[in-house]
Amino acid sequence: MLTTENTVKWLILFAGKVNEQKVYLSELDSAIGDGDHGTNMARGTKDMEEKLKEEEYATVQDVFKKASMSLLSKIGGASGPLYGSALMAMAKQAGKDEKDIAAILKAGLEGIQKRGKAVPGEKTMVDVWVPVIEALECGNLTKETIQEAVNQTKDMKATKGRASYLGERSIGHLDPGAVSSGYFFEAMLERGILND
Amino acid sequence: MTKKEYGIVIVSHIEELAEGVVRLLKEAARDVSITCAGGTDEGEVGTSFEKISSAISENSADKLLAFYDLGSAKMNLEMAMEITEKQVHLMDTALVESAYTAAALIQADAPFEEIIDQLKPLKIK
Repeated sequence: MLTTENTVKWLILFAGKVNEQKVYLSELDSAIGDGDHGTNMARGTKDMEEKLKEEEYATVQDVFKKASMSLLSKIGGASGPLYGSALMAMAKQAGKDEKDIAAILKAGLEGIQKRGKAVPGEKTMVDVWVPVIEALECGNLTKETIQEAVNQTKDMKATKGRASYLGERSIGHLDPGAVSSGYFFEAMLERGILND
Repeated sequence: MTKKEYGIVIVSHIEELAEGVVRLLKEAARDVSITCAGGTDEGEVGTSFEKISSAISENSADKLLAFYDLGSAKMNLEMAMEITEKQVHLMDTALVESAYTAAALIQADAPFEEIIDQLKPLKIK
């Protein structure tokens, strides 16, 4: 179950992971995109971390909303509107029911798809969100499930996003957005959100 | 100067690119309100939801045609469109050529339908 405390901790851990791996994320993006995913995500999540630490929150909805605005305005790349839309939709759903984490993540996925129009199999972050939510609903979400979901983007051909300009040449590389989404869910597991 | 009913918004990942397109359009459209949003808030490569929102609100027209370069600019544009009261038409057309065409036609008082018609073959996204 989500509380304001564990949600803030989850998002701050996500920011930490992104900042630790920012060079790696940009390297992945250099191969099939414009090479700025790490820097962009680091800038956005750092701002999010600072904002989250600034004040106390009354509801989980407020936490997600605050985080959403940071990511939307500070990331700069395509991931800004995508993560921004995800967290905005999660905020909305958390306002209805803070307990149902699967429903909250589902709303986040819908937010991403509404914004980016991607469906599974197009080598995007959607390819991580979909299997993670499925596993969560079946009660068997583990770090391995997340890793597997991230790794399967390697063999996909990009048909959405910047990598789609490369067509066949995008095959053989991990999708950077899938990798950063992987950190998002790993942080959620590590913060014990599902056990609280 | 007679104010035209339609204005133009240019969104690019690069500040100079956005400004350059505006400069080019002004050649053909002196009386059309043209605003732009290029780069991130930090002036880096990317697009900014806030800059785009300002370009929309600062444009003196209430009906706008918005042109962009790459996909992520479109997503930020769509978010900005959701919060504005203005009527914004998002154009999935070749940025330079179609924005120039639209600017020239607005300047010449062409009706909206005719502008849209002329832009159709330039749809590439």
